[in-house]
Amino acid sequence: MSQTVATISGPFAHSTNSVQRTMLTVLLALTPATVCNLYLFGWPSIFLFGVTIGACVIAEAVSLLLAGGSLTRTLTDGSAILTGWLLALTLPPWAPWWIGVLGAIFAIPLAKQAFGGLGQNLFNPAMVARVALLVSFPVVMTAWVAPHPLFTANAPSLHDAITITFGGQIPDGVTAATALGYVKTELSRGIPVFQSLAEYGHQSTLPYIPDLMDLATGYKAGSLGETSAVLILAGGLFLIRRRIITWHIPVMVMGTLFVMGTLFNLLDPARFAPGLFHLFSGATFLGAFFIATDYVTSPVSVRGQLIFGFGVGLLTWVIRTFAGYPEGMAFAVLLMNSLTPIIDQYTRPRLFGRTRTGEPLPIKVPS
Amino acid sequence: MKLFPIRGGIHPEYHKELSGERAIEPLPLPQRLYIPVQQHIGAPAEILVAEGDLLKKGQVIARRQGAVSAHQHAPTSGIVLAVTEIPAPHPSGLPQSTIVIEPDGRDDWTALPDPIPDPFAVAPGTIAERVAESGIVGMGGATFPSAVKLNLGIQHRIETLLINGAECEPYLTCDDRLMREHADAIIDGARIMAHVLGAPRIVVGIEENKPQALAAITVAASAFPNIEIATLPVKYPMGSERHLTLAVTGLETPARKLTADLGVVVHNVATARAVHQAVRFGRPLIARVVTVSGGAIRTPRNIETPIGARVADLIDFCGGFAQRPERLIQGGPMMGTPLPNLDVPVVKGMSGILALTAAEINDRPSDPCIRCGACVNICACGLTPVELAAHIRHDDLDGAAKLGLLDCVSCGSCSWVCPSHIPLVHYFNYAKGALIAQDRQQRKTERTKTLVEAHAARQERIAAARAANRKPKATTDHGVQA
Repeated sequence: MSQTVATISGPFAHSTNSVQRTMLTVLLALTPATVCNLYLFGWPSIFLFGVTIGACVIAEAVSLLLAGGSLTRTLTDGSAILTGWLLALTLPPWAPWWIGVLGAIFAIPLAKQAFGGLGQNLFNPAMVARVALLVSFPVVMTAWVAPHPLFTANAPSLHDAITITFGGQIPDGVTAATALGYVKTELSRGIPVFQSLAEYGHQSTLPYIPDLMDLATGYKAGSLGETSAVLILAGGLFLIRRRIITWHIPVMVMGTLFVMGTLFNLLDPARFAPGLFHLFSGATFLGAFFIATDYVTSPVSVRGQLIFGFGVGLLTWVIRTFAGYPEGMAFAVLLMNSLTPIIDQYTRPRLFGRTRTGEPLPIKVPS
Repeated sequence: MKLFPIRGGIHPEYHKELSGERAIEPLPLPQRLYIPVQQHIGAPAEILVAEGDLLKKGQVIARRQGAVSAHQHAPTSGIVLAVTEIPAPHPSGLPQSTIVIEPDGRDDWTALPDPIPDPFAVAPGTIAERVAESGIVGMGGATFPSAVKLNLGIQHRIETLLINGAECEPYLTCDDRLMREHADAIIDGARIMAHVLGAPRIVVGIEENKPQALAAITVAASAFPNIEIATLPVKYPMGSERHLTLAVTGLETPARKLTADLGVVVHNVATARAVHQAVRFGRPLIARVVTVSGGAIRTPRNIETPIGARVADLIDFCGGFAQRPERLIQGGPMMGTPLPNLDVPVVKGMSGILALTAAEINDRPSDPCIRCGACVNICACGLTPVELAAHIRHDDLDGAAKLGLLDCVSCGSCSWVCPSHIPLVHYFNYAKGALIAQDRQQRKTERTKTLVEAHAARQERIAAARAANRKPKATTDHGVQA
């Protein structure tokens, strides 16, 4: 239609915003946390990060070539890099290279391009990939390690790193449970949550006392995107400030998670972890600010976003608390993604001059 | 005064500094003037002159026909060179009946109607008639004949006359300059219009990015306790009639109703001044202030120009182009339309002539929609442009209509904000046009169907009548045979 009719309609002014600029701003917001965690987890994590993003870009290029679309324009929009980046942040940092490559294949050709490319996918590509990997390779996908910062005595050398990433061999004695995983395992053995929480940390190779400070700074086991909550939070606030996202989804996700956690913890501290623990562990901040806010797969209206955020927060808490998996963010996001079209349908704004049902407003006679 | 929030809205770059500090300057009389007979919404005016006629300034040269129409007057004295068809200042560039005048340079006035010294002692109908005789139309760009709008007071109880000085379109400064330089005339015109409408209250709405205009209007209005000044927040599309009404009065105009149904009538500041001139001096609408601006114009200006001057005359007066313009626009960049060429004349509703550079327009091929929701958040009408566009792309025009397509005011905010540069307004204009055509076609089909059915029924009746006539005959024949 628009190809045959010359564009004579206005406006003849446009904002300076663009898809590329949006994507690059998100990448910028992720950079501090990513750099910090690549430092903490050393060379193997740097290799995996590079492999995952590279595989996503290649997968995007191949898909576009097969589809016969424009390569340069779509590749340079930054969306494939962002998908790869987010996926890498959710993987165990010392996972083997093929995890990144398989993840890219799940994320780009299957979850994104098969639906029609940028803007058409129903589910968040990075989360589809993470969940597909988690259910297919549960052992590899839960082999978390404690931080081994670069340039310290414990850090794997470049040679070790090649063995880890490309040989798929994690040395003995370095794996560690994530906070969420530890608490869940201990609970299944009958250890009350408050006790396991107090013990967590002594189980790791590092002599530190587990407290909120550690959870916040990232000096703990976990994926690249979950361990430095404070830097992820800072990146998220930057996105809100730059008006890339609004506060609605993140606040609802975190608020719901915190309220549910606190409420049930007050009822039974032996069974339920406290709200603050939920807030600062796992992928809460990454999920709330960077995953759940994905434009394509979240509702477009403010009311829809509030409902969506509430759903993600609630489901995350339910899965973390009652399901077999210690972390539920990815599942929660995917479940809510599937509801996005119907949320959109029921949360359209009221039309000017009309009631919610679309009837013209009654005339108010001026007094 | 207390204001009410309006939904959505955008903050484009205003560029008003290009022309805002330049006082209104008169255009030297051009060589030729081109007066199209239709410069307004409604029926074209009927031409009263022929080639070779001598004209006096202010003389009626085309007469309004029907309820909604407007006179055209000679902007200066001179001779009718031709009554012909030339391209109209419309994106289509289609030709339109136009009276071409060669000015004689003397600027001799015709015998004007007598000034009305005390309009407040005169019946409203008399003033409305004067406004109609003066060819005044809405000068904000809508060009609806003002007299028709002033007569709304007959059938509606009008509480508030809202004078629109928002001027929310970027670049345009003609209303700002008018308010600064002719505040008394605007206030006087507003008071006359309020008298015609029977409106006890007048509110002048001005965006707060025009402090001098606000100050001038406040001083001019200070003597009249029934006039209030509303300092509006700077937000596009604050100047939209319905949104301005909501912001100032808190009243939301129901869909498919007029603001008059809520007791509010909105007129533009330039219209108020034109009414003042028509009533106090008997002068018809033969000139207007036009902002000539944009990055490609050498010296942007606010020009008081006779109606009918060519766009090229105004651009020459501004020193021509400093660089090649990417687009020539009449009106503002948000809702304005492209000019087909530089030879089209200035008409009554032309508030601006903009020569924009590519950098100013910042247009580029569109990317796929990433569902960012920006268009939903900024739509002042509460529409979901992202969904409308999806329906239109799949040719589901009825689906788009159900989502409120026809409530769209084409303000352009969604296209402006879209990071993927999707020409949403273009989609909507296309779909609105197609829906109207579809509706027309359907009515035509129904009409044809009715006619065919009537025809068939008639044929049947005739056949029945014939059969009835034949029957007795047949019996007779039978009888004969028997």
